[in-house]
Amino acid sequence: MGKFIMPSLGSQMIEAKLIQWHVKPGDTVKKGDIIGEIDTEKGLIDIEVFEDGVISKLVAKEGEVIPVGSVMAVINGEGKTEKVTAKPAETPKESAKNVPGNGKQKVASKKQVAKSKEVPLHRIKASPLARRVTEDLGVDISKVKSSGKTGTIHRKDVEAYVQQQTADETFEKELDMAEHISKAEGKSMRQSIAAAMSQSNKEIPHYYLEIEIDMKAALDWLSNENQNRSVQERLLPPMMLIKAVANALTEVPQLNGFWTDETMHIEEGIHVGFAIALRQGGLVIPAILNADLKSLDEIRGDFVNMVSRAREGHLRSREISSATITITSLGERGAEKVYGVIYPPQVALIGLGKITDRPRAVDGSIGIRPTLSVVLAGDHRATDGHTGSRFLEKLNNQLQHPESL
Amino acid sequence: MTQVAKQTMTYRQAIREAMREAMLKDDRVFLMGEDVGRYGGCFNVSEGMLEEFGNERIIDTPLSESGFTGCGIGAAVTGMRPIIEIMTINFSLLAADQIINTAAILQYMSGGQFTVPIVIRMATGGGKQLAAQHSRSLEGWYAHIPGLKILTPATIEDARGMLWPALEDPDPVLIFENSTLYNSEGPLSGNGQVVDIEKAKIHREGADVTILTYGIGLQKSLKAAEELANQGIEAEVIDLRVLRPLDNETIFTSVTKTGRAAIVDEGWKSGGISAEISARITEELFYDLDDPVERICGMEVPAPYARHLEQASLPQPEQIVETIKKMGGLHG
Repeated sequence: MGKFIMPSLGSQMIEAKLIQWHVKPGDTVKKGDIIGEIDTEKGLIDIEVFEDGVISKLVAKEGEVIPVGSVMAVINGEGKTEKVTAKPAETPKESAKNVPGNGKQKVASKKQVAKSKEVPLHRIKASPLARRVTEDLGVDISKVKSSGKTGTIHRKDVEAYVQQQTADETFEKELDMAEHISKAEGKSMRQSIAAAMSQSNKEIPHYYLEIEIDMKAALDWLSNENQNRSVQERLLPPMMLIKAVANALTEVPQLNGFWTDETMHIEEGIHVGFAIALRQGGLVIPAILNADLKSLDEIRGDFVNMVSRAREGHLRSREISSATITITSLGERGAEKVYGVIYPPQVALIGLGKITDRPRAVDGSIGIRPTLSVVLAGDHRATDGHTGSRFLEKLNNQLQHPESL
Repeated sequence: MTQVAKQTMTYRQAIREAMREAMLKDDRVFLMGEDVGRYGGCFNVSEGMLEEFGNERIIDTPLSESGFTGCGIGAAVTGMRPIIEIMTINFSLLAADQIINTAAILQYMSGGQFTVPIVIRMATGGGKQLAAQHSRSLEGWYAHIPGLKILTPATIEDARGMLWPALEDPDPVLIFENSTLYNSEGPLSGNGQVVDIEKAKIHREGADVTILTYGIGLQKSLKAAEELANQGIEAEVIDLRVLRPLDNETIFTSVTKTGRAAIVDEGWKSGGISAEISARITEELFYDLDDPVERICGMEVPAPYARHLEQASLPQPEQIVETIKKMGGLHG
């Protein structure tokens, strides 16, 4: 519901007399309609409404002197703005027309009417410093979000916005680059996979180690944790496994890195790649960067985000080129064990099978336990089975203590 | 025994030493006030000085603030360097006419023929359960008057060092000693003698918020700053030292850096020195402010007698911490 107020038609104007309404309650008005006539020091002036709607009430009476800013009418409308403005009668011809009860002539000159200033209804609360900084940096303050409870924008918020923008730009550039690279290579994904896997099989002397991990503790913890979470925030086993692998690698870093120039290069950052099968065939391996440093929730966020972007073909080049180790999981598809092929120049690949209930010796008797088969493929040039075995042991430890992940 | 360069002394001793030094240096200096001689001063500040300097230079007066302050002004005009002790700021109201209507404007009204090089010392502040008539912090009032210089020593160093430059100043200087500070003890840093009586002093540096305070507020603010630092907020603590003329430069430089100011003053907000400082910051630094200026001041009530009520009516470190934590844009 809008209020039609007496407009200010110049800094000197403090009031004006309403001469005549051109509308009555119930009338439908459109933005731009002349709805009445007022008498100011500058002469008679037509007042124009800047809102669509229906006149619900005429507050001001004809002949009444009304101060600037006072409500003259109430308009029920779909329009959200309360802006009003006035325009002088258009032509001298019109102004010659007699107005009942008033001998004065209408004034036509536009110069005599100050432009009514548009006042945005939604005022942005920002500190003076924040406003100055947005001006200095050329930032549109309406795009900046407050991080505080009061909704006030502070300098920090502007700086965070600028930082985010820069990051977004970098992201866009990387996207472009990724697209560019894949186009330039001119190869189909099938051909790329073929090349990498052939090279791997030709050059890498694989060794395979296998462990069966009791997943009861991990799955119990997970379902307990998920009870308090919304569907979108639920943790899934792969997220937990990525985190467990990353943590185990901090203890056995020899498997994290690249074999190049006939030497093993252990990488400091643990970027866990995970193979995602695409519906149209083929697969991509985005990496969760610095997975060891991220919390389970951060990994969840990255995972969800990457899977959906991978399926849309929107991964960043950094994400698909920097994995230091790869996890391949065919569990969903039914395979119980996965003997993978290492993605060169990485030196290890972890194959995760399907978690299935299997009989298992538990505390001296046989119990049915959810069991995960993990097969480590290692590059025998870079590491020996002993290292790989230690890694599997650490991984198992991680999964027996899910609360500390 | 050789003199130790760095000594520890109480605030009370520091003021006594400053007065002794001045009297030894310049025989125009004398001390006059109620109970300053035989009784050794209401707060024991001048204890032993009657014996040392005799009753011509340590003068006990009747209960007549207007009278002995007027005598001091006359003595100053005619060449002496009087130190007038008014027992507490509450009684200075009886001498307000002499201070405001005579001392502050005599140079102007005499067309520059006379200056009034008087120093008037008095205890100020609450916190000692002395009830409504004896617990006021009215120094902000005196800071309202052109022609006066207002000093508020908050440290041992300033208690020791402000008197001599005040005596050398050709204009009337009022020194406000917070009565809860007299027993405070600390090392005498600096050269142990003279300090400037123009500049505010940064006691702790910080990038997030500027705490502006003076007198007893300094210790409370430093304590609050420490707690804030534990919570990741770095407060810069400034001791104003001089309430008139205010050291705009130090205040503005700091607030420009931090974008936030909180003023801690035991005095009342309405028409107080905190209002003046806040107004100056807003006038000069509006576009540098990331938050409205905050004030942590004495409650606008007569000082309560009951201890818990009195403490509740005065600004406390916890309150400073809470107020600053609520300022926007500080976290994250």
